[in-house]
Amino acid sequence: MNALDLLLWVAAPYVALTVFVLGHVWRYRYDKFGWTTRSSQMYESRLLRVGSPLFHFGLLVVILGHVGGLVIPKSWTEAVGVTEEAYHLVAVVLGTVAGVCTLAGLAILVYRRRTVGPVFTATTRNDKLMYAVLVLVIVLGLAATVAANVIGGGYDYRSTISPWFRSVFAFQPKAELMAGAPPLFQAHALSALLLFAIWPFTRLVHMLTAPIGYLTRPYIVYRSRDDRPGRPARGWEPSNRP
Amino acid sequence: MRVMGQLAMVMNLDKCIGCHTCSVTCKQAWTNRAGTEYVWFNNVETRPGQGYPRTYQDQKKWKGGWELNGRGRLKLRAGGRLHKLLTIFANPLMPSIGDYYEPWTYDYDRLFSAPATEDTPVARPRSLISGLPTKITWSANWDDNLAGSPQLASADPVLRKLSDQVKLEFEQAFMFYLPRICEHCLNPSCVASCPSGAMYKRAEDGIVLVDQDRCRGWRMCVTGCPYKKVYFNHRTGKAEKCTFCYPRVEVGIPTVCSETCVGRLRYIGLILYDADRVMDAASVPDEKDLYEAQKSVLLDPDDPEVIAGARASGIPEDWLDAARRSPIHKLIFEYGVALPLHPEYRTMPMVWYIPPLSPMVDALAGTGHDGEDAGNLFGAIDSLRIPVEYLAELFTAGDPEPVRASLRRLAAMRSYMRRLNLGQSPDESIAASAGLTGEQVEGMHRLLALAPYAERYVIPKAHAEQAGELEESFAGCSLDYEGGPGMGGPFGEASGVPAPVAVENFHALKDRQGSGALVDPADRSGRVNLLNWDGKGMPDGLFPKREEKS
Repeated sequence: MNALDLLLWVAAPYVALTVFVLGHVWRYRYDKFGWTTRSSQMYESRLLRVGSPLFHFGLLVVILGHVGGLVIPKSWTEAVGVTEEAYHLVAVVLGTVAGVCTLAGLAILVYRRRTVGPVFTATTRNDKLMYAVLVLVIVLGLAATVAANVIGGGYDYRSTISPWFRSVFAFQPKAELMAGAPPLFQAHALSALLLFAIWPFTRLVHMLTAPIGYLTRPYIVYRSRDDRPGRPARGWEPSNRP
Repeated sequence: MRVMGQLAMVMNLDKCIGCHTCSVTCKQAWTNRAGTEYVWFNNVETRPGQGYPRTYQDQKKWKGGWELNGRGRLKLRAGGRLHKLLTIFANPLMPSIGDYYEPWTYDYDRLFSAPATEDTPVARPRSLISGLPTKITWSANWDDNLAGSPQLASADPVLRKLSDQVKLEFEQAFMFYLPRICEHCLNPSCVASCPSGAMYKRAEDGIVLVDQDRCRGWRMCVTGCPYKKVYFNHRTGKAEKCTFCYPRVEVGIPTVCSETCVGRLRYIGLILYDADRVMDAASVPDEKDLYEAQKSVLLDPDDPEVIAGARASGIPEDWLDAARRSPIHKLIFEYGVALPLHPEYRTMPMVWYIPPLSPMVDALAGTGHDGEDAGNLFGAIDSLRIPVEYLAELFTAGDPEPVRASLRRLAAMRSYMRRLNLGQSPDESIAASAGLTGEQVEGMHRLLALAPYAERYVIPKAHAEQAGELEESFAGCSLDYEGGPGMGGPFGEASGVPAPVAVENFHALKDRQGSGALVDPADRSGRVNLLNWDGKGMPDGLFPKREEKS
């Protein structure tokens, strides 16, 4: 284990996570008004209706798969009788299908963003950077899966990458586990760290306010004018006049 | 009983001349910003016509509002909570910009910068959405005054319900104007549709607002509103809607649309209602009972029980007093002439309308009859040029009786008042035949024809002890706001600290007046739009440059 490994698999993850957490706190305090999906559906909906659900639902499955693979230790699944082979088969098939859906959806969305005039003019530089990183992460992840399992003989990331991932959150990072992983997996992990680091500063923030509360709240929301006593609304100065 | 206050409006359609002053002044005040070019919180549509956005009343297509499910309970027509979350990534029921219209400006710069040629240079239209040259094919009132009828008007969803009987041939054509703002419903389906919980109904005055800090742009409110009066600001990615000019009504002055109405046809007042009964009233099985059900939710401000309930829920005395003097309550109950717009959407709308009568008098007079004789008038109501059935589809879910009753009262008022004007003795029987007393008829006449400002607008001020808490008050207004109208922040043009709309407008106007980039696609917001130009200042490119004095 050398200094580079420490930098990549110990320092970088903590930097990315810190930026992710503090960035969101700061953004929420500073920029509630900019916290939006910035939907472009008004401009174009034919391509969006195909691409957006494909991308988002694909991504939800991919995220669930990552939670299953990274967070749940191998010993747990084996304890309930799921063999490595069975787990792997499900993970690879489901992961590949979901990954391809995500990528196809993203391709449609990027194509739409580039070719539909109003959507393109509404695209900021920030969006473009975010798209580039997002595409990189997804392509590398899919490539790693395909290269290791479909072409190669299979790679048991649950005995290297997953323990490293958990070790980071346990504040006992085991860089050596990650140092031996195949380069594509390494690249995928690094690009993901980059994505997490820019996340709070992009439109991706909308994911953190996914409206789950809608399922349980009453339909009609009443609010009193007195909700914010004693201080003027943001952007306004208090008045001393009667 | 849970007594709550609601600011409501009544519009007297008899007096609307379709001048669009309300729309233009509203736009000047609220939506003259980038991202809201296509947005008209107030619009005036010609009926019959497609409306704005096109065919918004066709709920088979747009699925706005509420309906009853198999068990007779209210459900959102566009689908329940889970369904909404599952379609959140691409809302299939969201109108596109084409359903409203693609806003545009003109290439004014061409008029001056074009090289000298044989032909006069032309200012070509350019889309404010894409910045590219465009063809103007639709607008917010393209079918104004029946323009394009019968091709366009025949697509009117209301007309389609009764197309057999109604003709649109030139000789038999009819039309009237319908000014529309947000209904500030008692049972708002837009609020119910908002996944973020960013939309809310204010407890004090019932105004429905969007919390710009909590809106995440999921777009479900646009679908949920059957009147399509919640709009998506395509630049900020947030929903915006009619605010009932809350900064104005909080200090006791009427909304901009009312204030500037040329015909003085709008009335604003406070209504008390029982919030506990809203749900039951909105769920009555027969749509035709909804008008009565809605009336039953509204409370009598003179009833001691209601007064006690209102005090118990903290409604101040001056608000109770305003509720007792409310012109809205009189027009709905005492005179019984105001009707809600599309009660069948089950949202309990709070902007009501007095149906139009006047063409009838002219028509009767034209046939040689006495157009203001009560007998003639009553007999003619069913042969009105504007079919009662059409009005009933708009105001009472298709039940013609309340419309007839309202028109009879208006007709009775004409007849009764004419006798007085001619120095004849008042004829109680005319009033009685419409279910009123002579005194009531005179009161109604005063309110509809003569009422001064203070009687048309009875708006209780928000409380002084709450003044520091008002969301926007003139006293607290500061235009020193930094950064201008929320553009150019680090996360796209809408990021950073939001500007209150009034401040944003100030800067937008200032920017436009000083902007040199007329047709630069990178700065579409800076283009001179005559609608946004207040006549002061000299936007670059609108006039030829003055010679610099040497």
